[in-house]
Amino acid sequence: MNQGDHYHHTPRRSIRPREVKVDLPHFFGKDDVEVYLNWEMKVEQLFACHRVKRRVRSISKEKISENISLTSFLFLFKFIHSKLKMLSTLQTPRSLTRLSHSFTSRASLADQAAAPPHSEILSIRHALLSRRASAADLARAHLARLRRPEPRLRSFLHLPDDDALLAHARRLDALIAAGHDPGPLAGVLVAVKDNICTADMPSTAGSRILEGYRPPFDATAVKRVRELGAIVVGKTNMDEFGMGSSTEASAFQVTANPWDVSRVPGGSSGGSAAAVSARQCVVSLGSDTGGSVRQPASFCGVVGLKPTYGRVSRFGLMAYASSLDAIGCFGSSVADTGILLHAVAGHDRFDATSSKQDVPNFLSHFVSASSLESKPLKGLRVGLIRETIDDGVEAGVISAIRAAALHFEELGCTVNEVSLPSFSLGLPAYYVLAVSEASSNLSRYDGIRYGNQVYADELDSLYGGSRANGFGSEVKMRILMGTYALSAGYYDAYYKRAQQVRTIIRNSFKEALNQNDILICPAAPSAAYKIGEKKNDPLAMYAGDIMTVNVNLAGLPALVLPCGFVEGGPSGLPVGLQMIGAAFNEGELLRVGHIFEQTLQNCRFVPPIVAEDIGY
Amino acid sequence: MASTIFRSLQVQPFLLYPTTLLRRRNGVFQFTTKATQSQAETQQRQPQSKVSTSTQSKKLDKIPKDYEAIIGIETHVQLSTLTKAFCGCPYSYGSPPNSSICPICMGLPGALPVLNSKVIEFAVKLGLALNCNLAFNSKFDRKQYFYPDLPKGYQISQFDVPIATAGFLDVDIPVEFGGGHKRFGITRVHMEEDAGKLLHAENGNYSQVDLNRAGVPLLEIVSEPDMRNGIEAAEYAAELQRLVRYLGVSNGNMQEGSLRCDVNVSIRPIGQSKFGTKVEIKNLNSFSSVGRAIDFEISRQVQLHSQGQEDQIVQETRLWEEGSQRTITMRKKEGLADYRYFPEPDLPAVILSQEYVDGIKNSLPELPEIKRRRYEQMGLSMQDVLFLANDKNIAEFFEATLAKGADPKLVANWIMSDIAAFMKNEKLTINEIKLTPEELSELIASIKGGTISGKIGKEILFELLAKGGTVKEIIEKKDLVQIVDPVEIETMVDKVIAENPKQLEQYRGGKTKLQGFFAGQVMKLSKGKANPGLLNKILLEKLNSKS
Repeated sequence: MNQGDHYHHTPRRSIRPREVKVDLPHFFGKDDVEVYLNWEMKVEQLFACHRVKRRVRSISKEKISENISLTSFLFLFKFIHSKLKMLSTLQTPRSLTRLSHSFTSRASLADQAAAPPHSEILSIRHALLSRRASAADLARAHLARLRRPEPRLRSFLHLPDDDALLAHARRLDALIAAGHDPGPLAGVLVAVKDNICTADMPSTAGSRILEGYRPPFDATAVKRVRELGAIVVGKTNMDEFGMGSSTEASAFQVTANPWDVSRVPGGSSGGSAAAVSARQCVVSLGSDTGGSVRQPASFCGVVGLKPTYGRVSRFGLMAYASSLDAIGCFGSSVADTGILLHAVAGHDRFDATSSKQDVPNFLSHFVSASSLESKPLKGLRVGLIRETIDDGVEAGVISAIRAAALHFEELGCTVNEVSLPSFSLGLPAYYVLAVSEASSNLSRYDGIRYGNQVYADELDSLYGGSRANGFGSEVKMRILMGTYALSAGYYDAYYKRAQQVRTIIRNSFKEALNQNDILICPAAPSAAYKIGEKKNDPLAMYAGDIMTVNVNLAGLPALVLPCGFVEGGPSGLPVGLQMIGAAFNEGELLRVGHIFEQTLQNCRFVPPIVAEDIGY
Repeated sequence: MASTIFRSLQVQPFLLYPTTLLRRRNGVFQFTTKATQSQAETQQRQPQSKVSTSTQSKKLDKIPKDYEAIIGIETHVQLSTLTKAFCGCPYSYGSPPNSSICPICMGLPGALPVLNSKVIEFAVKLGLALNCNLAFNSKFDRKQYFYPDLPKGYQISQFDVPIATAGFLDVDIPVEFGGGHKRFGITRVHMEEDAGKLLHAENGNYSQVDLNRAGVPLLEIVSEPDMRNGIEAAEYAAELQRLVRYLGVSNGNMQEGSLRCDVNVSIRPIGQSKFGTKVEIKNLNSFSSVGRAIDFEISRQVQLHSQGQEDQIVQETRLWEEGSQRTITMRKKEGLADYRYFPEPDLPAVILSQEYVDGIKNSLPELPEIKRRRYEQMGLSMQDVLFLANDKNIAEFFEATLAKGADPKLVANWIMSDIAAFMKNEKLTINEIKLTPEELSELIASIKGGTISGKIGKEILFELLAKGGTVKEIIEKKDLVQIVDPVEIETMVDKVIAENPKQLEQYRGGKTKLQGFFAGQVMKLSKGKANPGLLNKILLEKLNSKS
């Protein structure tokens, strides 16, 4: 209970420090922070010192295997530490400056003229209620669309029998035939990220430790879509427990990006994003702890929505970082995303952090097509976050975002550049909080009650073996970091500091959103990168989350929708625009997103894999 | 609703900490998903055993006068809420293993805790009753360690902001232990959840996990190190049990583990300000074992100290062995464990409003300490006060009898003597006897009013205790109304004298002791109903009148 007298310890023997200079991705901050890492000292403190060694080895029960990049682990920590120390030098927000308009060209490589996206969900509903199609026919057609690209994409970790899905569809048809309303999501094929519990399918969170695990209950979000008639079509691939940004950290398979199968779909909800992008399902559920819905939405050219923290129940979502986790929605149109959010949102008595705020009918705020012509967003104040269009972000991405800003002006908005000086602090604060909570949340995977167990004669070995065998290296590394950050003597320097940063970030967003109705920025500093490109460079991977983590720290809603392209792949790579709104104001984000999407010219976000296969 | 494989874990029974051998065996356990809706109700439990401190050993004498013991107690009280702290599972002691579990208390992936509001209410009640300062804004934290009976790998507890702090508990030490009034400080009261239990196989080859108890709400009460001997510690624990029973927040049953005490004991030479090394003692299943374990431990430490071996008093956890009446080493502590506490992100902060607290304050029952002071003022002896006030049910019986107008001292006498003896012989609680407070009051009134004699009163009492009924009925049925008619008594006296001429002769010859014989014969003839005063008066007249 009392940690008081054991805060400090000294290494058993002193080792002559060796200085290592580390180059950091420069968009971490303008200061070009040079981190001098007292390399061997760190190793000493972490693993040789008896107390810490015991703490890390036996309390976290991890075996430190060779493939964990100790280097990255230590770099990150030193870096986080140095960034958190900068806190005291923080300045007050700079005044807003007017954005100069020097961009006229739109970076679009998909130049086919096309109709704007429409709501697949509403089309299905019309078809069913007007009896133009049966749910069984629609399901059959969708399943064919799902199966064809699956060998190349590998979006799904689990697909149920077609028979079971078709039986479900026929039950819906029977309801319709009997004159009942089958529910607003009737016949809609919904894919569900594998860390969201489904009672009739395995749920593994992409981890070996839960291989074959079948939960005894549906997550609240899954229960709600099912109650509204939706058909859960399968469990999508993901980075193990959501820890990753490319879906390469899945224990089972690597998912490919439908726009270019040599590229990652983003992550951690890569499977859910790829499945919607390739039209393998109508909509999908993902989870977003630090950008895991928004970044893959950007990489895959689909709409992704991370709701306000507490808007959607987390019951049944396998926790990564409980104070940041949110179940999010993917769709091929803003309307579909909004319909799905409406279905899953609302208070749940099984989640004490779920909000009692009313859930409005988001679609009722949508403007009619006829009023799209004349500055439908007149008076809307849009803030472009300056720090996100700075060095370190791909030029093509910046161009696409500036073009989107221009498009907002064309729609009648006033666009201002806004500075969030605390923006770059978000990443280290996020990683400290996320790994701290993760180290705790993943304690339950001990091989005792469920999941894979490595038998051992000794309890400690059973824990160690089961977890060493069950967890992948990224997960182990994050558990180690979190264990370290929460340890007595380090708590104040890491966890507590990070919470202070979180408060600062929350306040700076609040202020920026007082002066702007929405904030815009990229969803990721680049478009989809090649499979394997960043896999062995965790720091580069973490850096990719810079655009999204602040929103989780502030608990705000954010909508990502495709706004343009950069070069790459057979037909260009989509770039997502991130729109951040005030808490519980998803309705406004969806309204604005819908107008943006319906009025965006010369962009068609259907990946080549769909165009080839179905002749879209 | 659904079932899943629940693996049984097998652990060597005698090794309680994670250096334990394991053998694997698979078993299937059932569990159900339950709603949390019924959480906010409480469960009524049968009041359990009486507090008894009468078996304290008197080792105190053996402690050399030049040492002083410092004792602090951590008490875990299991709350008698209808459902567990964070899920809708009921808990009842002794139900079959893993029959009362759900995804939440099993720590399944994706399950989240939702706080049972009764836990807060009970914590506030106890906090107020212990005269604590309440934290109007507190929170839950996670205490992290790995053990098979801890399904989530962390215990939801309170760390740096406990719900109640800095209180005290007043205790009256029983007369037989020297008496006196003591005040013991309360450091803190915090809310937490219980862990499951390991069931060890007979052959010792494996253990199994029973998660029924996992998630059951507890209050941990930490005392200041204010106790100085086993009796004080046992009385502190007994008063705490009384308090939780008075408040209705727990059944306080030590045998079932609803009230568990871990004590910390250290000694120091008198006059030394630095504390000695403290030793923690566990496995104390009764108040008397609390007292005896502490007294043993004090002797052990004093002995080591006085032999110059104080370095052998190490910081450790020792187990009390009831069989051999001694403490043995369970595990040595290597510094303090790092539980890596951090705020529980799944639960919102616990915020109390003044109205809420006031509401609870106003609904508190009269607490044992106040009751004792009130009884004292009625003129009862401290022995009577402790007997009557220390058991909530006896106190209620006592007061219900008083409410019918009976005299406190008379009621106390009846309860303390014949009723207590009856309960003890028949092993019944005051709620189980057939006598009602109304009838006890009536009985006392009947004696006082002269309707029946004290002797008859006792007979009626035993009838009431065993069979029930009313005083009036029994008096009527058995024709027990006292004979106060002098003529009737005179007739009986005459008869007895006439039938015993020999004794009369002896009496008149100076053997006046025989008066008792005659009185007994008359009383026998009257079937005990003759008014004794009248009888003796008439008898004496007759015997002494030289007719």
